[in-house]
Amino acid sequence: MINLTNIEKVYRTSSIETLALNNINLNIRKGEFVSIMGPSGCGKSTLLNIMGLLDEPSKGTVELDGQRVSTYRDRELARLRNEKIGFIFQSFHLINDLSVVDNVEIPLLYRSTNGKPRQTYAKEALEKVGLSNRIKHFPKQLSGGQKQRVAIARAIVGKPEIILADEPTGNLDSAMGNEIMNILQGLNDEGATIIMVTHDENMAKRTHRLIRLFDGTQVQ
Amino acid sequence: MLSNYIKIAWKVLLRHPFYTFITLFGISLTLTVLMVLTSFLDHLFGSHYPETKRDRSLYIMQMRTQDSTRTGSSSGPMSFKFLTEYAKSLKTAERVTICTFVNSSNAYVGSQKIKLNTKYTDADFWEVTEFDFLEGKPYNEQNIANSDLVVVITDDFKKQYFGNVAESVIGKDVEIESIHYRVIGVVKGSPVTRPFTYADVYYPYTTPKSNYQRTGMRGGYVAILLAKKTSDLKTVRDEFQSHIARIPLPGVEDGYKYAYVEVKSEPYVENFVGTLNGNKGLKTVFFGIIAFIMLMLIGLPAINLVNVNVSRIMERASEIGIRKAFGAPVRTLMWQFIIENLFITLIGGGIALVLTLIVIQLINSSGIIAYADLTINLNVFLVSLLVCLVFGLLSGVLPALRMSKLKIAEALKA
Repeated sequence: MINLTNIEKVYRTSSIETLALNNINLNIRKGEFVSIMGPSGCGKSTLLNIMGLLDEPSKGTVELDGQRVSTYRDRELARLRNEKIGFIFQSFHLINDLSVVDNVEIPLLYRSTNGKPRQTYAKEALEKVGLSNRIKHFPKQLSGGQKQRVAIARAIVGKPEIILADEPTGNLDSAMGNEIMNILQGLNDEGATIIMVTHDENMAKRTHRLIRLFDGTQVQ
Repeated sequence: MLSNYIKIAWKVLLRHPFYTFITLFGISLTLTVLMVLTSFLDHLFGSHYPETKRDRSLYIMQMRTQDSTRTGSSSGPMSFKFLTEYAKSLKTAERVTICTFVNSSNAYVGSQKIKLNTKYTDADFWEVTEFDFLEGKPYNEQNIANSDLVVVITDDFKKQYFGNVAESVIGKDVEIESIHYRVIGVVKGSPVTRPFTYADVYYPYTTPKSNYQRTGMRGGYVAILLAKKTSDLKTVRDEFQSHIARIPLPGVEDGYKYAYVEVKSEPYVENFVGTLNGNKGLKTVFFGIIAFIMLMLIGLPAINLVNVNVSRIMERASEIGIRKAFGAPVRTLMWQFIIENLFITLIGGGIALVLTLIVIQLINSSGIIAYADLTINLNVFLVSLLVCLVFGLLSGVLPALRMSKLKIAEALKA
């Protein structure tokens, strides 16, 4: 499903060159639940960003469903992200000026989904994460766990095949973290491919496969 | 999607009331100036009282004669005789009026002097124009043929001369420059900005001092040609030019030997521009200057707004990152920010519209321009709307470009 070959990522400033990822080779199969672990600054989020087409590698190739994406233009990459990938971020990244339902609708805005079905899909997604009673609330009126559930609803509303979660439980207490993890496992059971960056060994143990990074290199 | 954009734009406005106030203040003030300017241009050039048929009128304001080397020239209004021969005789025009421009005169009420602007006209003047007769009626061909000493006066002059009287002054006597005239009609005055129709007192051209019998081509008269419909303007103009082509050349006028004669019949705007200077290409210069002033009035505040908008980019970086991550292409995001900016500009435009109504009301009632009738009509409104859109685009595109080019991963870190 996702195939990374000889991926290298270098961050350059005028005076410093930092190797964030070095020779990463990775194959994620359809339906897998993979966790990525490693110390802070080892390149986990960079790897996730490259897999999610949010960032470009300095070297190497990224294939999604057997297609090389390096030659894709902005519009094609945007379409792929929109249709195939859902993102969950540690700090939720909700738009505070929009209501819960409007936030969840965002991925559908960039498809030809009309207003009414868009709202129906958003409500269904919110129902799935147990937040159907909060659709008119604004992010600032929600707890951390509720915000992350809104973020999950937003990630799944477009029914993507892949969900990329960057420390989805990082800002939550363990009870809430477990609840989020249960939701992710449920989504995986329904067929979604999930790749999750985490610092938490216990969460990682609940996934099918663990990838460890150290200083930008895959060690396990 | 549009409602999503507008919701965001509204929330962004509410987020920082002070910034919003500064932004809207700048936009409103700029647009108010532009709207008042547009309204004034419409007042100058549009079809308004009493020249409501300007859209099918051609104006003949001056003739220009040149010597054989084209190094010397002379220009000015024409004689009644000349216009009768070359303009009044037009077959394609529905009607032609010959009148003087504005002349100065004095009248006295007791020892108090009233400064007057007067105009000599033919009877067709009242058909080509559409004056509101508050009392009485216009003079006709018979009055002119009889050289009747009759006048049409404005309501303002009536008030000055007869006092604030409610009763009719038709048939009453008015003494101007020691000549007694009988008031035959009272009209609502024409604004001073419409020199072809503006005056306080209108005389038939056969009354004394009109110089209508002057021979030669030059004199103190101008003319308005009224076409049957707008599409006939070219035909009328062509016929008039064919008449002008019949003028025997070379000739002598008041000792000046001329070899070329140029008399134009033009729509009001072109005629107006032509009077500023006889040079060719002046129209382009005139409209160029107007466009430049408009652009500066829009451009400078727009640049300022661009700076404000760009400085607020980082505040929206996270949102841009989110939208891009979930599939927003660069072009769609650009449109989002342009639409947001247009939305804000239209709010500013709405405020400006109210301010403009207040300003033009003040101008109209101040008496700075006699009989001023500045309005916000459909033309002014549409131009103002266009100005708002141009302003919104000018101030929105650059920030939108900057915003949409942010790298997703970096934007999400913001």
